[in-house]
Amino acid sequence: MQGLEVRGLTKRFGGLTVAEDIDFDLGPGDRKALIGPNGAGKSTFSNLVTGILTPTAGSVRFDGRDIGGLNEAQRVRLGIAKTFQITTLFQDLTVRENLRLPILERERRGYRFFRAADGNAQTEAEVRDLMDQFDLGPLADSKVANLAYGQQRLVELALTLALKPRVLILDEPAAGVPSSETHLIDDAIERLPADLAVLIIEHDMDLVFRVARRIVVLVQGRILTEGTPEEIAADAKVRELYLGGSHD
Amino acid sequence: MTPLMKSWAPPLALLALAIALSFLMPFNLAFLTRILIMVVLVLSLDLVLGYAGIATLGQAAMYGAGAYAAGLFAIHVWADPLAGLMIGAVAGSILAFVSGLVLMRTQGLTLIMLTIAVAAICHEIANKARDITGGADGLRGIHMEPVLGMFAFDFVGTTGFWYALAVVVVIFVFVALITRAPFGLSLRGIHESPDRMAAIGVSVYWRRVTAYTVGGAIAGVAGALSAQITQLVSLESFSFTLSAEALIMLILGGTGRLYGAVLGTLIFMFVHHWAAANDPFNWLFVIGAMVLAVVFFLPKGIISASAGLARLIKGARHAGS
Amino acid sequence: MTLFLNIAVDGIAYGMILFMISVGLSITMGLMRVVNLAHGGFALLGGTFAHWLAQENGMPFWPAAVLAVLVTVIVSLPLERVIFRRIYDFGDLQQVLATIGLTFLMIASVNLWQGSSLLSIPLPDSLKQSVDLGFRTLPVHRLVVIAVGFASILGLWLLLDKTLFGIRLRAAVDNRSTASALGIDTDWIFMAAFGLGAGFAALGGILGAEILPIDAYYPVRYMVLFLIVVAVGGMGSIAGSFIAALGLGLLETATRYLVPDVSTIAFYALVIILLAMRPQGLLGRAHA
Repeated sequence: MQGLEVRGLTKRFGGLTVAEDIDFDLGPGDRKALIGPNGAGKSTFSNLVTGILTPTAGSVRFDGRDIGGLNEAQRVRLGIAKTFQITTLFQDLTVRENLRLPILERERRGYRFFRAADGNAQTEAEVRDLMDQFDLGPLADSKVANLAYGQQRLVELALTLALKPRVLILDEPAAGVPSSETHLIDDAIERLPADLAVLIIEHDMDLVFRVARRIVVLVQGRILTEGTPEEIAADAKVRELYLGGSHD
Repeated sequence: MTPLMKSWAPPLALLALAIALSFLMPFNLAFLTRILIMVVLVLSLDLVLGYAGIATLGQAAMYGAGAYAAGLFAIHVWADPLAGLMIGAVAGSILAFVSGLVLMRTQGLTLIMLTIAVAAICHEIANKARDITGGADGLRGIHMEPVLGMFAFDFVGTTGFWYALAVVVVIFVFVALITRAPFGLSLRGIHESPDRMAAIGVSVYWRRVTAYTVGGAIAGVAGALSAQITQLVSLESFSFTLSAEALIMLILGGTGRLYGAVLGTLIFMFVHHWAAANDPFNWLFVIGAMVLAVVFFLPKGIISASAGLARLIKGARHAGS
Repeated sequence: MTLFLNIAVDGIAYGMILFMISVGLSITMGLMRVVNLAHGGFALLGGTFAHWLAQENGMPFWPAAVLAVLVTVIVSLPLERVIFRRIYDFGDLQQVLATIGLTFLMIASVNLWQGSSLLSIPLPDSLKQSVDLGFRTLPVHRLVVIAVGFASILGLWLLLDKTLFGIRLRAAVDNRSTASALGIDTDWIFMAAFGLGAGFAALGGILGAEILPIDAYYPVRYMVLFLIVVAVGGMGSIAGSFIAALGLGLLETATRYLVPDVSTIAFYALVIILLAMRPQGLLGRAHA
């Protein structure tokens, strides 16, 4: 099949099982959200999919191909990209440079020694398009370090999209963004390419219910349930989990 | 000024300064040439450390490898200067590549320490292989043919100076091009955020090995230049002091801006020269104090001081208008 | 058998010297997270003071050694206040540079005071003798070094494991901000630990002068050696430093006896291989 296909994914650290027998699919155009209480294993799951962690058991397939043996960088080059929870942008580079870098690497031009990095008209046009898409044009030549946090999250999204991924994992895209700026993130997610497979890992339930079409609930490393936002909202077990425990 | 003019203005000013100095100090050409050689070494360090963020205190290893390779090549094979520079570059890059395969797996303190250790091993090998390298007496008997078959090395050092200046210009342009190219941008990316580079699909390790190798080639050229012009290679080429001084010059001038490397070298060498001339026994006091002053008062180098000054002047102008 | 015993005695004595000099470095690097290239300077200062007291002023060896260690500690404390405290928050490179600058100043000071020649510390007759074990003789000096080394690790272990100071120090090594939040005066702990480390370095420098001769350029010449002990042992781990120092002392001595022509090369090559495989050192924590 097209997209991601996860089967029986399990990860143990010593005696601690942080992901247990997870089955999960993500196809083109999907808008799925992964929710769950703190420590449910959401980040572990995304790290297993992106190749930062190696699973104890189970398989990850992409377009039908087993990608278990590939490292993070190799999976990115196949088209599986992820935004970070805490921003790891290139703080001392300008917004323009932050977006130029992933495009150059995507096109395998990172080992060019004697061509100006900003000398390719097509690359520069793509950089401008990305900046327009996220309203970053006026900030093009500002260093990322000088941007407001909400703006940095937008750069983060734009940078990841610059890789032209086919699967996009958004790890808490709104974390730390002041509520006055969350609409920027909403809009950005709205405008993602229609055929992109998107997985959102998020604490903010409002955001999840606004943008996700299907929701997967993870508890203690296992999938508790999966369904549409309406089904999840009505699910007694999920309500108990979120209303009974701490709500965050 | 256009951005292009702006970025080339400082190095062109430095070039003019070098030429002016050669006329102002005709009896100190050897000293000026020494500065030029150090500029090449510090430029290599700027690429490796200033751009790629590889913390090293062992750049002398590649400098020394280039120096011995070029010296031996001139004695035993062919005394053509340009061919010697190539040999120096090859020797420096091979050593950097081979050691880099191991070193680039580490970072922080371990990396700093292993780079010192690599230079120490080279020092020891050169010391032990007395039959080949001359050991502690140094490698002697290097007699170079004229540069391009036309300009013979003379006693005053005129040819040496212009030859070194030409090499500095070529290397400067070479490094400037690299740092403006996609490869240079990716090095800055690695410096800023290696995790993010991996997330962009880059093998940070191989990119760092490449940067270290290119830097090694340039350091090798600096060593070869020194061997050809001074007609001597000593064990000092591999010394920790040389690596440390190159680092001091780079930080003094400011990292990640090539003309910072040039400026830092110039200032350090002149202070060193002046202090050693005034008191041959206690000049180390001056250097030590200068290093501490840079760390505490100018952590981004002299360049930052000039930039801050420029901002100040600009600000004053804005306030006035 | 004789060869083996020679390697063992010389190697262990050498290892003890390395341990005494490096243990303070391990503490400063683990606790304060300072890349301190100037640490060997304290061994130099100790050796220089001892040379001045014993050689030039005729003071007996042991009182001179004790006094030299004390003076070194007294010199180190204001340095911690004035220089090191300010660079704790700096990046690796700035720390490297600052401590190189400090090293240069130490070298220049010793050079100004005592010149650049070898600074010998005359051993008392009691240390020059040999003890006869029946099948061979051993120099007393080596045995004393080994005994002092063991006493040092024992003393450090008691200090760190059994006293309130030790508990606080270990808390600060584990997590500095938590320690201050618990009301531990980390400023004072840092200074005390720094002084302690400087004192041990001075002791190692004095006792090891037979093996690592003292002159003004001492801190640069042996810089890598001390750093390697810390890197191999794992930063902040005293047990690690001890094991690493002994292991490296034996390794160095063994290569010197077995492959004298290439001993330094073999030594460094083995260390590089070890660190390439275990970048965090033997007992270091994985993330460090």
